[in-house]
Amino acid sequence: MTGSLRFGTPQILFGLAVGILVIFVAVPVLLIFFNALWVNGSFNITDTVKVLSEPDTYKALINSLILASGVTVTGTIVGTFFAWLVTRTDLPYKGAMRVLFLVPFMLPSFIGALAWKMLLSPRAGYINRFFTETLGFSEPVFNIYSYHGIILVETMYLFPFVFIQVCGALERMDPTLEESARISGADLFTITRKITIPLVAPSILSGALLIMLYSMAHFGTVAMLGIEAGIYNIPTLIYERIHQSAGSFDAIRTGTVLSTVLVATAALIIWLQNKVLSGGRYQIIAGKSFRPTEIRLRGLRLPLLAFCIAYIGFTIVLPTATIFLVGGLATYGLPITPENMTFDNYHHILFEWDLTRDAIWNSIGLGLAAALITMFAGVIISYVIVKMKVPGKGILEFLGMLPFSVPGSVIALGVILAWSGKYGVNIYNTIWIILVAYIARYMAFALKANSAALEQVHDSLVEAARASGATMWQALRDIVIPLVRPGMVAAFFLIFLPALRELTVSVLLYGPTTRTIGVAIYTLNEDGETVYAAAMAGVALIIIVTAEVVVKRVFKIKQ
Amino acid sequence: MSSVRIAGLSKSYGGRSILHGLDLTVEAGESFTLLGPSGCGKTVLMRLLAGFETPNAGSIRIGDTVVADGGTNIPPDRRGIGMVFQDYAVWPHMSVRDNVAYPLKIAGIPADERDRLSRAAIGQVGMAGLEARMPSQLSGGQQQRVALARALVSKPSLLLLDEPLNNLDANLREEMRFEIRELQQKLGITVVYVTHDQEIALAIADRIGVMDETGRLRQVGTPDDVFDRPVDAFIYRFLGVANFVPMHRGGDGWCFPDGVGLWTGAPPELEGDRLTLGCRPFDIELSRDGSGLPGVVTRASFLGAQMDYLIDAGGVTFRAATDSRRALRDDQRFEEGEPCRLTFRGAQWFDASASEGGRA
Repeated sequence: MTGSLRFGTPQILFGLAVGILVIFVAVPVLLIFFNALWVNGSFNITDTVKVLSEPDTYKALINSLILASGVTVTGTIVGTFFAWLVTRTDLPYKGAMRVLFLVPFMLPSFIGALAWKMLLSPRAGYINRFFTETLGFSEPVFNIYSYHGIILVETMYLFPFVFIQVCGALERMDPTLEESARISGADLFTITRKITIPLVAPSILSGALLIMLYSMAHFGTVAMLGIEAGIYNIPTLIYERIHQSAGSFDAIRTGTVLSTVLVATAALIIWLQNKVLSGGRYQIIAGKSFRPTEIRLRGLRLPLLAFCIAYIGFTIVLPTATIFLVGGLATYGLPITPENMTFDNYHHILFEWDLTRDAIWNSIGLGLAAALITMFAGVIISYVIVKMKVPGKGILEFLGMLPFSVPGSVIALGVILAWSGKYGVNIYNTIWIILVAYIARYMAFALKANSAALEQVHDSLVEAARASGATMWQALRDIVIPLVRPGMVAAFFLIFLPALRELTVSVLLYGPTTRTIGVAIYTLNEDGETVYAAAMAGVALIIIVTAEVVVKRVFKIKQ
Repeated sequence: MSSVRIAGLSKSYGGRSILHGLDLTVEAGESFTLLGPSGCGKTVLMRLLAGFETPNAGSIRIGDTVVADGGTNIPPDRRGIGMVFQDYAVWPHMSVRDNVAYPLKIAGIPADERDRLSRAAIGQVGMAGLEARMPSQLSGGQQQRVALARALVSKPSLLLLDEPLNNLDANLREEMRFEIRELQQKLGITVVYVTHDQEIALAIADRIGVMDETGRLRQVGTPDDVFDRPVDAFIYRFLGVANFVPMHRGGDGWCFPDGVGLWTGAPPELEGDRLTLGCRPFDIELSRDGSGLPGVVTRASFLGAQMDYLIDAGGVTFRAATDSRRALRDDQRFEEGEPCRLTFRGAQWFDASASEGGRA
């Protein structure tokens, strides 16, 4: 590298990449570990163990495990079954079904939890009331404030992780593997059981681990449904402690210890997932797309179609309708009849109430800013990682991907530790601290999208520019940036869309005027303003779905 | 146009030495081909010339400028070279015109002059009329022409070509190599061409430098030199299919192994009692009878213009080739299993080690 030392460009890029990652990612995460394991400046593991063995923290750990395991099992079964149904059978309308099963990915699960609370809370839930008041049941049919309830709701929103992976694997699987079994005399159901399922097992497992990863770190549903019944998992306990004690030393310490456990678990899950993915998965799955034989469902065709429609109606249509209807009620608890409906709530939150109006603009502003900044930072860092032959780029890659295994609540806590004045900068309670946390949280998305785009840009394209007389900057400007633009656009939306509906991070960082949409819905619900929470959730759904649809359209047209 | 003078050039990656003290001079206006097996370091040498790599030792001088030595390494954009890459490296987001005009744009040439020059360069490579096309609308051969036009448009003093014809099909490859040769002669430009294909090297070069796997230049010379007067068996083998036969001195002549027969051609000029005879398939003449070496055809393949035979002569296997039509006319087409006689029109002698380790 001696020759290029005189030309600052590579060094500037490298320095920028390191700087961004250290400030936004490394420092907050390191501060978490430091606070969890060091007491008064010395390493102290016994104290850490003591925090973990307190009844509350211990219980939260166990709850996280129970909930995550439950969701993983149910989500994997549901996801695998539907994936098989839409790829390998003659189910009618399976193309449309396939699209519909992905809709839950678009919807924020805490809004779903809010809807289910309104339907199935033991006393006030509309379904339970229908059974007790109209049908004369003595007890509510289902209590959503329970482990079962939480697992049920999380499953509805997380099963697509398995669904997507398994659909992909089933479609790419070499059909000769199944055909040869058929020639050997096995019938199609035996083949499915003995050949197909084992062959796609790695994909199922990898999807299952993704569900587990998200469920372990999941805040929204547990906060909405669990706190009422005293069910805390790690992220909700961190929130509760930080929130109640307004950032006391003990609370921070408990938070950091719990965070460390969470990060370690997540790291373990990701490690397992990498192992699963590298374990010969592609040897049985051909890269080309084939048309595999379809299993004829015969008499089960229509019942299964009805089941799919019922599932979609129950998990997507019903909660969404509930949100909008309750959002239109004059008072929560009234029966849903035309005379009780009004647009006042919507009008109020959109045009009159500063809290909700601020929240909408905050979320949009934060989403745009985080997406733009992270997109550009992502290009620079990916360029260093993918294209520059510098020592230490492995560390950069690790740092960039770290937020993947660092749950949102941990990032928020790390950001509090780093940016609330202890090290000279105090942006606590301002919008900036949320922005900083979003940048850290979504950096990995930007790196993935940009790295993929950059890998398509062959080195010789840049070298051809250099040989044509272009300096490093000119080659970047004229060749690299135009060619990775699709990756940058993808990164932008990969960040903007989830940031719009973000709750886990902002709920730990918001101040009086810096609520996000997610925080607004959550706090309105907490304060018992259920109709406003529902109305706000309805507005949020419209914004989120519109943004998703517009983005998909724009991308389709481009391709 | 510029000459290229390379002195004592060394390059290693992570402790693995690729080039070690290489010396080479390419004269101004010369078409020079670097020929060698893949992984021999010829591409590294090319990248050192272009400035994409920095040498560990030694110097490179292009024209009157030292572009690389111990202290200095002039970056690629200031070396005034043109370069064509194996994978074309045509920028997919720019039209043919924009691709070719880019070097001029970077050089700050005014728009109208730029337009005139790039049009001329596009015409030169036979792409006139396709200026507005995007690379995705072009075939591989057309893309490579664009790359060539782009490399030539700013009239570089040195043109580097890194296996530019590899990705093209056989017909196109043949056509393009003549065109490159023609352009080089017309423009009088200095060309360094890297390839592992000896046919291209022979067709295109004024001089060829043959490199071996260890990154050493084994022979530098005209195509005639390296083909007909190879300095060693490596060069001979690398430039085409070769038979190697271990020979020993016996009585007053040279004997084939196992007493199959005697060598009847001109005696070798080399010293020693054991030597290696090298001959090309076309050096062997086949006949049904006569005084030649007796053998049996073990494989006969009709390849269109020529017949390709595998012949066993007392345990020694020869590849032989004959012109199909002539063989037919003279009733010299052999079937598998038929006996035949071999006579040698030409041969090269190498020391005994050349035939160790089996047939070529």
